[in-house]
Amino acid sequence: MSDTHASNARPGMGEAGTTRTSHEHHELGFIRKYIFSTDHKVIGIQFMLLGLVFFVLGGLFAMAIRYQLAWPWESMPVIGDLLFPNTGQAITPEFYTMLFTMHGTIMIFFVIIPLLTGAFGNFLIPLMIGAPDMAFPKLNMFGFWAMIPAIFCVLMSFHQPGGGPAAGWTAYPTLSTIESAAPGSVSAQTWWLLALTWVGVSSMMGAVNYVTTIVKMRAPGMTMFRMPLTVWALWIAALLQLFALPVLTAASLMQVSDRVLHSGFFTPTNLVINQLNPEGAGAAAGGQPLLWQHLFWFYSHPAVYIMVVPAMGLASDILSVHARKPIFGYKPMVYSMSSIAGLGFIVWGHHMFASGMNPALGMTFMVATMMIALPSAIKVFNWLGTLWGARIQLTTPMLFILGFIAMFIIGGLSGIWMAATPVDIYIHDTYIIVAHFHYVVFAGSVFAIFAAIYHWFPKMFGRVMNETLGKIHFVGSFIFTNGVFYMMHQLGMAGLMRRTADPYDYETYAHLQPLNVFITISAFCLFVWQIFFVWNFFHSMFWGKRVGRNPWNACSLEWEAPSPPGHGNFDHALRVHRGPYEYASPDVEEDFFAQTREVESK
Amino acid sequence: MIMRITITLLMVALLVLGIVSWADYEFWLMAPSPSHYTWWWPEEMSTLGQRVDNLFWLILVMVTVMFVITMGALILAIWKFSAKREDKAVFIHGSHKLELLWTAIPAAMLLVIAFSQMSTFAAMQFDSSMQDEDGHDLPVLCEIWGSQFDWRFRYPGKDGRFGTNDDFESAYELVMPMRDTEKDQDKKMVVFLLRSRDVLHSFFVPHLRFKRDAVPGMTQRIWMAVDDEQMAEIMGGREDKTFDIICAELCGWGHYKMSGRVRVLPDAEYEAWVEEMTALQFGNS
Ligand code: HEM
Ligand SMILES: [Cu+2]
Ligand SMILES: [Cu+2]
Repeated sequence: MSDTHASNARPGMGEAGTTRTSHEHHELGFIRKYIFSTDHKVIGIQFMLLGLVFFVLGGLFAMAIRYQLAWPWESMPVIGDLLFPNTGQAITPEFYTMLFTMHGTIMIFFVIIPLLTGAFGNFLIPLMIGAPDMAFPKLNMFGFWAMIPAIFCVLMSFHQPGGGPAAGWTAYPTLSTIESAAPGSVSAQTWWLLALTWVGVSSMMGAVNYVTTIVKMRAPGMTMFRMPLTVWALWIAALLQLFALPVLTAASLMQVSDRVLHSGFFTPTNLVINQLNPEGAGAAAGGQPLLWQHLFWFYSHPAVYIMVVPAMGLASDILSVHARKPIFGYKPMVYSMSSIAGLGFIVWGHHMFASGMNPALGMTFMVATMMIALPSAIKVFNWLGTLWGARIQLTTPMLFILGFIAMFIIGGLSGIWMAATPVDIYIHDTYIIVAHFHYVVFAGSVFAIFAAIYHWFPKMFGRVMNETLGKIHFVGSFIFTNGVFYMMHQLGMAGLMRRTADPYDYETYAHLQPLNVFITISAFCLFVWQIFFVWNFFHSMFWGKRVGRNPWNACSLEWEAPSPPGHGNFDHALRVHRGPYEYASPDVEEDFFAQTREVESK
Repeated sequence: MIMRITITLLMVALLVLGIVSWADYEFWLMAPSPSHYTWWWPEEMSTLGQRVDNLFWLILVMVTVMFVITMGALILAIWKFSAKREDKAVFIHGSHKLELLWTAIPAAMLLVIAFSQMSTFAAMQFDSSMQDEDGHDLPVLCEIWGSQFDWRFRYPGKDGRFGTNDDFESAYELVMPMRDTEKDQDKKMVVFLLRSRDVLHSFFVPHLRFKRDAVPGMTQRIWMAVDDEQMAEIMGGREDKTFDIICAELCGWGHYKMSGRVRVLPDAEYEAWVEEMTALQFGNS
């Protein structure tokens, strides 16, 4: 942390310069300013708090899942009476299906996507391209407020007769469409689908805004190829949303229609469930369960990239700042993210190799999937290239990004087995898949989110987070994350299926309990360890060390604005002269050459 | 300095963990286990299993190489370049040559993997693999029915035709003939119809590396085959020669207990079993 820019003074004005933020000439009441705000920064922070609150809920669900897998059906000490008074303080099979369904749903739709695109998309895009706000501030506000009905629906879904939704986050029919097939399919599933639809509305409003803002509102001199990779990544993710989301929305409404109006998009004729011919199924059947899978994955494969491409962008920016070195291969980075996005639309079938889909189609999806591993590899190599010859500052954000890279390598490499169809037939839906996507989504995206919070916290609140606590948070999180997810590869190799409430009655699985106990203990530790983050976050928000505009000596535009920026963001006109990664430039004395700095002779 | 050592050690630990688990799988065979099962996959016994496993090993080798190179570079970079230094970092924006290199090499590796698996996948799933030389479909041994939460197997009985009154049903246990490798080299595969009565299920037999969703409204022809020599070697000394069928697709609250067993019998014993089942079903009439 340097003191050169420890004050909020405008660069070039000297320490005595007026720290005029727009607060003074733009007073709004509390409600307009913090609740119904149209300011992208406030909306970004709203999304961040929302994401973090749901992170706790999703995390608690994960802990319950882990408890069940380590000690199936055993009564829970202390909290068992409170949670399960009627079932011997223990989880029931029905409850377990609800747990993993809602764990996945919440983590994906209420944590990762809101945090990456909602929080950082909103907060960073205008600041990084030098715009005063989003192109459509009101739409942006509605984007956040569309999350409220989504939250309402998801909370309602827990309180339905029969209990919460229980068909998995993938909601495959006919389990999800027929009321008698699962307790959670009585009515909870409809609320679940509506919640998803509202999240979609929110994402859509955000995506329209990001695309327009990035195309139309860049500061003078900010060409596309001078944009930070974060902005590129968020732009690409927004385009993915725009093209993929309509399909999910349509599919969800079709499933609602199957459930409520007894149409038969996904329901074939002649089912027998619980010895009964389900009503509805007989009425207008002739549907195809596989149709849902195609529609669902047409959205949800791109969605996994929506959950990682922005993280790759954040990682690139943070890496370059704290390595004090230009990002290696800026254009290859842009091209590889674009090709991930493009290829991302033709690989959805790799989730369906064992589904009974035409195997010739499977072959095509296999080749496309192999190819999509390539851009991910290119990105990793370029990050390594960035580190080589760098002057690495081991700050907390940097540590999280280094952790991100290491664990993303593992998640990316395990993807290759899954792309290889004959091998995937064995590992499909085993714990190897669980390990794979947690390495990319938790160890990848969530680590990048942590890094980003530590990195941009000063910009958000004008104060830094405590470095010592941050480092403690990193070391424990890194160890326990691997403790939880690494050994899941072994469970998967042994053939253990996901979503299995009590595996130990199978001869094949009986010996796996000790491994699961180990994983569960690591998971509890990981969960508890986050206290260091929570404490640091809230404490620093009010009592952290104050900093000036540019505590990390970074080049990109957001660090030109006061910390925190006022309404309208920048207090002086901006002109961009160069790319965002001119660290260690020989043209200036300092080791960073800000994007806006006028060229001056050495 | 403390952080420099800590982060390097953490990364080294991850590298070691990766090497141990990917390159030296025998490590996992020593895992505590009261049965024949380990922390690695169960021994394969199908005629295709060997090819699947070989593919797995091929990928394992390539992935381990990539893992060691990338993690090695990461660790080196972290250690070397996080030392305190006063001068600036190297001012470089990229390198065309390197980009070409690290695009072309992984691309080639991925293509090798992609093409080396095609024939195995075709043999597994294409219809043509379930036909005889003249292109006629091979006869079906039995129908596999999934329903909440059990597996049932409907056999056509001695006349070999479904829908006649000598059909019989076996619950929980799938019994299939083991063909003699020498004698029936090319007729070893046993064909089944996979169906579901209610929701999705998935028919998974870890020992045979077989998995396929049972989809309501769809009838799928599938095949499995046991390699008799391989099976003799693995199961020979064991009392219980049956192995697990596991449901691999969420099918409701009882998904976890939707199990079954496969029993593989030599041709003669299989015929005897069919007799016995028929008698059980119609003995009294
Ligand atoms: C390096 C390139 C990657 C390849 C080749 C790859 C391949 C695959 C394949 C084939 C599957 C399906 C496996 C199965 O169900 O049998 C899968 C599952 C999954 N992947 Fe990846 N993947 C890659 C990277 C990623 C990334 C970057 C993410 C997310 C950030 C991701 C998230 C997921 C998720 C969430 C699932 C599981 C979905 C579910 O069934 O619930 N993958 N991956
Ligand atoms: Cu996918
Ligand atoms: Cu099942």
